[in-house]
Amino acid sequence: MQEGRPIPSRQINRELLSTILNSPKWFWIAVVLLGLIVLGAMSAAGFMVNKGLGVTGMNRPVMWGFFITNFVFWIGISHAGVMLSAILRLSKAEWRRPATRAAEILTVFSLMTAMLMPLIHTGRPWRLVYWIYTVPFAPYDYARGIWPNVRSPLVWDPSAVYTYLTSSILFVLVALIPDFAVLRDRTAPPTSGHSPTLTHRIYTLLAMGWRGNPRQWKLQIIAGVLLSALILPVFVSVHSIVSWDFGMAVAVKSWHSTIFAPYFVVGAVHSGVSAVAFAMIILRHIYGWQNYIRHEHIDALGRLLIVVATGWFYFFVMEVIFGFYGREADELAVRDLQFMQNPWNIWMMVFVFTTYFLPVALWLPRMFRRNLWIMSAACISVNIGMWLERFIIIVPGLQNKQVFTFSWYTVYSPSAVEWTIIGGTFALVSMLMLLVARVAPLIPLYDIKEAEILRTEVKIGRVTVPAVYRED
Amino acid sequence: MVTKRIDHKWGMVVDLDRCTGCQACVVACQAENNLPINTKDSFQQARAYEWIRIERYWEGEFPNVKARFIPIMCQHCENAPCEPVCPVYATYHNDEGMNVQVYNRCVGTRYCANNCPYQVRFFNWWEPTWPERMRNQLNPDVTIRSRGIMERCSFCVQRIRRGEITVERRGVEPLTGERIPDVDGPDGRYLNYQRMKDGNFLPACAQACPTNALKFGEQTDPTGPVYQYFQKANEQYDKVHHGEYIDESKTRVYRLLEEMGTKPNVIYLKKVDQFPVNESSH
Repeated sequence: MQEGRPIPSRQINRELLSTILNSPKWFWIAVVLLGLIVLGAMSAAGFMVNKGLGVTGMNRPVMWGFFITNFVFWIGISHAGVMLSAILRLSKAEWRRPATRAAEILTVFSLMTAMLMPLIHTGRPWRLVYWIYTVPFAPYDYARGIWPNVRSPLVWDPSAVYTYLTSSILFVLVALIPDFAVLRDRTAPPTSGHSPTLTHRIYTLLAMGWRGNPRQWKLQIIAGVLLSALILPVFVSVHSIVSWDFGMAVAVKSWHSTIFAPYFVVGAVHSGVSAVAFAMIILRHIYGWQNYIRHEHIDALGRLLIVVATGWFYFFVMEVIFGFYGREADELAVRDLQFMQNPWNIWMMVFVFTTYFLPVALWLPRMFRRNLWIMSAACISVNIGMWLERFIIIVPGLQNKQVFTFSWYTVYSPSAVEWTIIGGTFALVSMLMLLVARVAPLIPLYDIKEAEILRTEVKIGRVTVPAVYRED
Repeated sequence: MVTKRIDHKWGMVVDLDRCTGCQACVVACQAENNLPINTKDSFQQARAYEWIRIERYWEGEFPNVKARFIPIMCQHCENAPCEPVCPVYATYHNDEGMNVQVYNRCVGTRYCANNCPYQVRFFNWWEPTWPERMRNQLNPDVTIRSRGIMERCSFCVQRIRRGEITVERRGVEPLTGERIPDVDGPDGRYLNYQRMKDGNFLPACAQACPTNALKFGEQTDPTGPVYQYFQKANEQYDKVHHGEYIDESKTRVYRLLEEMGTKPNVIYLKKVDQFPVNESSH
């Protein structure tokens, strides 16, 4: 089933741990450059907090703009981790193995970045303790009988996202324990006389006494499967709840739709898996992991993405059809703006083309799925399209919200501050991924070794059979 | 002495037949509620503050045209869409039929503004500033809002509270300063329409309106100016909700965007047009 020659365990260790704790020169250059972009975004956010949100392009009635678009986008990206790790682990897809770790870590970082967005977007970030009440020991006004408003989707949102973040971090850490143990042993001092280095101490702490005995392996596998199963409802609920931020808004006609929850969840998987495929191609390129991230893996991701994209397209068409089916004048006005009026019609065409028609056309032929350049192009195209999708949902709906003709009709044009902060979030996620690649293997060692063992075959007479049979 | 709690339910009636579009209410509101001055720049940014605004529509075609005016302020909906979406309870409904905004709690998510179908919520995009000579003009009863929070018409809650303190707690007749006897009923310590008018406890817009197009009072007080209209409106509301037919040409009372089910505490009275624009005459 799997392609390529079998790789000995020693070689796996050597190649996959090569990036850890000794980095090439370009690594620091890249980190510093990305860090500068993040710093620029932070200063832009600081400027915005200091001056007021007037420095953004938002106005009445477009009260939500780039920040919320970006928030939904990063929440969407975060759905890749669970999709690839939990769902594919439970469905025993062998080709998931090299992709899981990168996807989970991308999940954690994109969730953290996503949660920054609504905080930056509020008018008074220094009062956020009233909102993010889940912070332990926060000076919340319980004593005065003041509580958060649990009817608000904006309270469901942090609850769901923080649950997801907590479970994703657990998921990553549980999967990392055996790999941390390998790193602990490799950083150990050569003789017992030397005092252990700080790195060794940290890895010792993270490995949590892992010795690799059968009981520990059993517990680790049980924990992985349990977390996979438990995280699934969270996975579905997070983006559903994010979509209810829009679905619950009665006054914005094009948002007030019940189809948003499945539509957003499938869209999130679409953009997330594409992002992971792109990240894997990049990792393969920069770290030279040709033996691990093989064409068959990217091919399998491409085939999965065809299904996801088509499911997403179904919901997209349904959402539009339901909008027309209602024949509500206000909703039709928003549709008119989205589909017929410049510049939204152009964005709409770009969005549908880049999210569905271009990438699916590129994923269909096997030859293209095995070409990394074409796959990268398709995956980037999906993410451009999915970002535009959220933008096209959020802004025209608000812009055309009012029924009073005398209300100000304003066109939203994002300011430089918003662009900088958006750019900063992309730089932040890339920088964090690079930094993590330096301290933890982005391809799970033990998972690859397990795959290698599972593919070992023995020849008995004329037939070749797998040497190991997995019972579960 | 424990003062008796009197349950009010405030409401406003906007008589479009009387409205001349003079914008006195807009100016009065601006002065009463410490609104920053709307400069040309703030209008160009679409970030001007008008807690009450006069919308102007043209009816008919030239030369046979008529100007129509409709003042729109926060409708203080009973089923307000802005209230359930606020994560921090910065906006909530009090038991007097008013939609209350707590500036201190607002974090500025702007979700309420997205969810308001009447477009009456205003966000402080910038730190509000006044010219130095205007500093002493600010109303000490009203909070000066900082940047990053939401605000909107409060039915001049500071005036109503002052009226309640003067009449109901202290028992002082606002105009004459006489003691009001502590008896039950409308003669006792009760903030009725006359006392509100005497003590300038009406909202600034209602007080400033030269044609009395804006009427403010208690919905349940038969001596007040709004009682009959609210009776009529509630009757219509119940009828519509029981599937009965309302002949709209026979009634003047309506609420804005009634089909959304927000049930505002502001009622509009249709214009009575003696000489309607004849659409087919041109």
